[in-house]
Amino acid sequence: MSTRTATTAARPAAGPDLPARRARSRSPRGPRPWLYLLPAAAVLVPLFGYPLYMLGLLSVFDYRQAQVSGGEPTTFIGLANYAALLDDGRFWAILAQTVVFAAALVLATLAVGATLAMVLTRAGRVPRLLLSLAAMAAWAAPAMTGSTVWMFLFDTDLGLVNQVLGIEGFNWFYDKWTAFGVVGATVVWHSFPFVMVTLYAGIQAIPASVLEAAALDGASAWQSFRRVLVPMLRPLITIVVVQSIIWDFKIFTQIYVMTNGGGIAGQNSVLNVYAYQTAFGSSEYGLGSAIGVVMTLILLVVTLFYIRALYRKGEPL
Amino acid sequence: MRLLRSLKWAAAGVAALTLAACAPSTAPSQTGGDDKTGTLRVWLFDEPNRVPKEKVVNEAVKEFTAANPDVKVEIAYIPTSPARHEKFKGAFNDPASAPDVAEYGNTDLAEYAAAGGFADLGPDVASWSEGKDIGADLLKSATVDDKLYGVPWYIGIRALYYRTDVFDELGLKAPGTLEELAATARAVRKKKPDMYGIAVGGEYTFGALPFIWDAGGDIDKLDSPESRKGVEAYTDLLSDDVCPPQACAALTGGKTVELFASGKAAMGILGNFSRSAVDAGPAAGKYAVVPLPGSTAGSPAPAFAGGNNLGVMNSSRHRTLALKFVQLLAGKTYQVKMYEAMGNLPTLTSARQELAAKDPFLKPFLDTVAAGTRFVPVHPAWVKIDNQKVIPTMLQKVATGQATVEKATGEAAAAVKAAFER
Repeated sequence: MSTRTATTAARPAAGPDLPARRARSRSPRGPRPWLYLLPAAAVLVPLFGYPLYMLGLLSVFDYRQAQVSGGEPTTFIGLANYAALLDDGRFWAILAQTVVFAAALVLATLAVGATLAMVLTRAGRVPRLLLSLAAMAAWAAPAMTGSTVWMFLFDTDLGLVNQVLGIEGFNWFYDKWTAFGVVGATVVWHSFPFVMVTLYAGIQAIPASVLEAAALDGASAWQSFRRVLVPMLRPLITIVVVQSIIWDFKIFTQIYVMTNGGGIAGQNSVLNVYAYQTAFGSSEYGLGSAIGVVMTLILLVVTLFYIRALYRKGEPL
Repeated sequence: MRLLRSLKWAAAGVAALTLAACAPSTAPSQTGGDDKTGTLRVWLFDEPNRVPKEKVVNEAVKEFTAANPDVKVEIAYIPTSPARHEKFKGAFNDPASAPDVAEYGNTDLAEYAAAGGFADLGPDVASWSEGKDIGADLLKSATVDDKLYGVPWYIGIRALYYRTDVFDELGLKAPGTLEELAATARAVRKKKPDMYGIAVGGEYTFGALPFIWDAGGDIDKLDSPESRKGVEAYTDLLSDDVCPPQACAALTGGKTVELFASGKAAMGILGNFSRSAVDAGPAAGKYAVVPLPGSTAGSPAPAFAGGNNLGVMNSSRHRTLALKFVQLLAGKTYQVKMYEAMGNLPTLTSARQELAAKDPFLKPFLDTVAAGTRFVPVHPAWVKIDNQKVIPTMLQKVATGQATVEKATGEAAAAVKAAFER
């Protein structure tokens, strides 16, 4: 604290180059912005920074159950956990399948959410109410409950789906791709309401006159969606996309519950399940943390690239 | 500019300090005590049919508190699912929330011993009059590095259950070799297409291990020709003409019990502890049990000697009381009561002999014990191998045709090797 006051006091002495710097950057560089950030930082740093810091710290130690409970000393092993990870063929296979699965989920969630948001804007009062209620229920359902219910629906012998389709005895979770399909449908069912509600709110905020003008100019429904609505909704879409990427990349509950921890011969495992099984199943806390760090980095990079790409296009958020 | 720079330096300094000062935390070293009063906390495993177990345990608690009036006994039932690991790890890491006495599966022993969670009961059991009645093989399954981390409480042995009504109808005999077993299973499925020849599962490790052990293989050499032969024999049953992979590849041992009990399978590799589950279903009264045959007639396949131990936690503040309670529960009176309630095989030899004379149901299981049992490696690596589902993955890959026996066993052997090396 004393450093800060001293420096502030000394500031006028910095003299001639001060106005120039002011002109260059619009915001004044003083302690004030930092002060304003302080309340937020006081909450965010302990809440997010500390776990992240611990995650990073654990990932450079040989830290297993024996070390946690004090049976053996904890040793610093540098990047050995990461090296082990890069050498692990299974890690790469699961990483690839997680990326593909997450990408498919993001696209599907956005498509379903956006379509239903459009339906909401066109629907009459009662259907709109019903659709919103149904979506809210799906949104409110805990991931565990939703997964279990979907699992029952697709049960081999007693599931409603098999009975309706007349294919009792068909095991949806036997084949890798049908299993991913069912789990994916569950995830989309859980996450489309957020997309739908956000986009619906955005559409409602667009003045009717804009759409009316487009219609007068002869734009079809698709054209006015593509050329008018989407550009105006871009900030919202960005948020929704980033959120979806983060959620779907970190998918855990649905896979863990519905495929019983990764499916037959582990064919449906995703990175988060793998990290959990490594860290807590095998008590390899260090190695599990390394997977967590890699996941965090991938998400950060993907998100940053996405936001940067938007800036590049000259369309600020 | 100077402000920013000094802030940066300060931040860097703080970061360096924290880094230097902090390594991930480790639980405080555990010092127990020997209080003679207070609350004795006990963890026992929850069972699918907990009521009879609870009855016996409550009886024991009553007897114990009558003898020790200043002591309260608090029993908690914990799940047997993989969540038990978290429970136990939590107990090791935070002595304040740990029990004094805990029941645990003997396959988890090595991991718990490495964590330093349980106390060495070697001298106590040696000086206990009933302790000498426990077989050396069984004591070994509770021993790591010459330290005895608990009293074996009961064991479970698996054997071959088969449906007498189906076999009579089709004119079949109980199989005498593994080859006959496969042929019999095929014959049943052929004549009764809505029935599985034998209930086997891709996640049923302890159903598959006897096949591997019988062929001369073992967990630490899964890619040897002998192990491969065993894997081949077991996965051969996971086929459309016995137990279709669509239905059976994902089955755990517990699910095969359900399958047999519900009458959907003509045979099953079930434990003596599954008797009550089978008697509760449509297969009740229509089955018999023989030892799981080996490749040569007359010599059963080695069974897995799974069981549960009662341990005293290192952090317990009531060591003497805890030990007394363990000796009460694991003593002959309550072992016999537990058998009568649950069907759990006693670890005390005299108790087992007494029961065998009374109950012919036990004979095939005791014959299996007499023919020799095997155990998983007593090494922390086993918990890892088990948790990574190394053996189920191997079986499932073969059963679903994702890999050949050679490839799947090779991968599994590599995973086992990696688990032992770390």
